[in-house]
Amino acid sequence: MALADGEGAPAAGRFFAFTRFRYESVVALAGLAVVWQIASLFVPHFLFPSVPEIATRLVEIFTSWNSLLDMLATSGRILAGLGGAFVFGTLLAIPMARSPSLARYAYPLLNFNQGIPALSWVVIAIIWFRGIEFRIFFIMVMTTLPAFTFQVLDAYRAMSKDLFEMTLSFRPTRFDLLRTLIWPTVLPGMLTAWKVNLGNASRVVVVAELVGATGGVGYELLQQQQVFDMAGAIAWTLVLVIFVLVVQGVITLIETRALRYRAIAEHAL
Amino acid sequence: MSNTPLEILFERVSKSFSRPGGGPAFEAVRDLSFSVGRGELVAILGKTGCGKSTTFNLISGLIRPSAGRVAVQGHDPYADFAWFRGKIGIVFQNDRLMPWRTAIENVALGLELNKVPPAQRLEIAASWLARLGLSGHANDYPHALSGGMRQRVSVARAFAGKPDILLCDEPFSALDEHTGNALRQEFRNLLQETGATSIFITHSIDEALWFSARLMVFERPARIAYETTLAPETSEADRAAVRDRIRKVLSGEG
Ligand SMILES: Nc1ncnc2c1ncn2[C@@H]1O[C@H](COP(=O)(O)OP(=O)(O)OP(=O)(O)O)[C@@H](O)[C@H]1O
Ligand SMILES: [Mg+2]
Repeated sequence: MALADGEGAPAAGRFFAFTRFRYESVVALAGLAVVWQIASLFVPHFLFPSVPEIATRLVEIFTSWNSLLDMLATSGRILAGLGGAFVFGTLLAIPMARSPSLARYAYPLLNFNQGIPALSWVVIAIIWFRGIEFRIFFIMVMTTLPAFTFQVLDAYRAMSKDLFEMTLSFRPTRFDLLRTLIWPTVLPGMLTAWKVNLGNASRVVVVAELVGATGGVGYELLQQQQVFDMAGAIAWTLVLVIFVLVVQGVITLIETRALRYRAIAEHAL
Repeated sequence: MSNTPLEILFERVSKSFSRPGGGPAFEAVRDLSFSVGRGELVAILGKTGCGKSTTFNLISGLIRPSAGRVAVQGHDPYADFAWFRGKIGIVFQNDRLMPWRTAIENVALGLELNKVPPAQRLEIAASWLARLGLSGHANDYPHALSGGMRQRVSVARAFAGKPDILLCDEPFSALDEHTGNALRQEFRNLLQETGATSIFITHSIDEALWFSARLMVFERPARIAYETTLAPETSEADRAAVRDRIRKVLSGEG
């Protein structure tokens, strides 16, 4: 079938690109571990704990119920925060896309927001709100919302006038226009926003948890700092890094699936 | 054409586009009047940039006239926009395929927006792809199709909904001679089958003559500079005269 011919080749290309990427990642990360291990032989142990020690702590975290709950709590906070920012960010982008004059007012406010440090939102959230989970949600949304709005707006603005008029010529309902044209147009931008924001969110969430939370990765990190346990601190950091990498992998999978229609140039830049 | 009901009416229509710099507005259509009866086939010729595509946009209601009145089936295509759902099919000058839809999904778009059930619309779309010689490419994305194939997909998309009115902007221009001839024949068959009113834009005088249709030659800004109607029985000598006359008008001597 024509489908198999047309689709097989790029799919295979992507597959190999992906495995090559993974192979190189493994080499790079293993190299980092080796350098660290060598350093640990020459530097006091409480500054550079050995790799096996960190690995042991990591295994402990993944095998203890309480630690797993901390992990889940933090993951949940990241995803809830991003989900909230995504929904509110998109809801804000829609009227901005429809009304340029509203956009002219909203842009400076969003840019102003971009300048506010995460820690300021932590302080504000503590003063304004009582519930710890709500505080964290608020902090996450305020820090990651503009990126969603900007990405959705950019994608919408870049929408082809030709395709818009072509679709319009069939007289679609508002919902059909959204479904058949606008959604596929903004989807790539949204996926990018998720990827970018995921990194931001994992940085912000620990700051948010440091102040007030009684569980979660940030809380655990604070505990390690108080007992001066470097191996524990690194193990908890790794937990968060692993979470980000896994979610990023999931988004990449969605991307390859949803954007499979894109042409792949045979030359790389 | 007094015995056929009126399908498209232009009454002293003008269209100007404002310029981003704020300079004087650009007039693409000036004082254009004509009417087209139901089931009629009209070919529009005219130099590049004389406002042919703009005239199509006015008929399909995508843009609003600056002055004058456009009526299609008695309705204002711009103001009564939704009323025309399923009634107008357009083959745009460029193919305008959605890159995220396969060929067959692109063909089915109009049917989908007109609420035809999925199984039925895919069947119709598949039969159109077959008619245009694209059966083997139903599941290809546009980037994997050649320019001529994409053009045929966009022709299939406009035809699949069996609209009352077909507007085709150089539908056969991106095709080799053989495919072009087959598609022209297919186009004529379809018009006979459905009785659709059709206007097509072409830069080829021969193509316009081949259809033995009503011919309108535009000057710039869009106005009718010359108009005539050919019948299948029109003699070769008369055709040659018409060809000469069109050449003169297009070169600005007529
Ligand atoms: N949206 C627009 N804004 C500004 N100017 C426009 C717009 N659309 C068309 N024009 C101008 O109107 C004139 C007529 O354009 P149109 O596309 O109708 O020409 P055409 O007869 O279809 O030409 P071609 O044979 O090259 O396709 C052109 O000079 C073009 O620059
Ligand atoms: Mg044109």
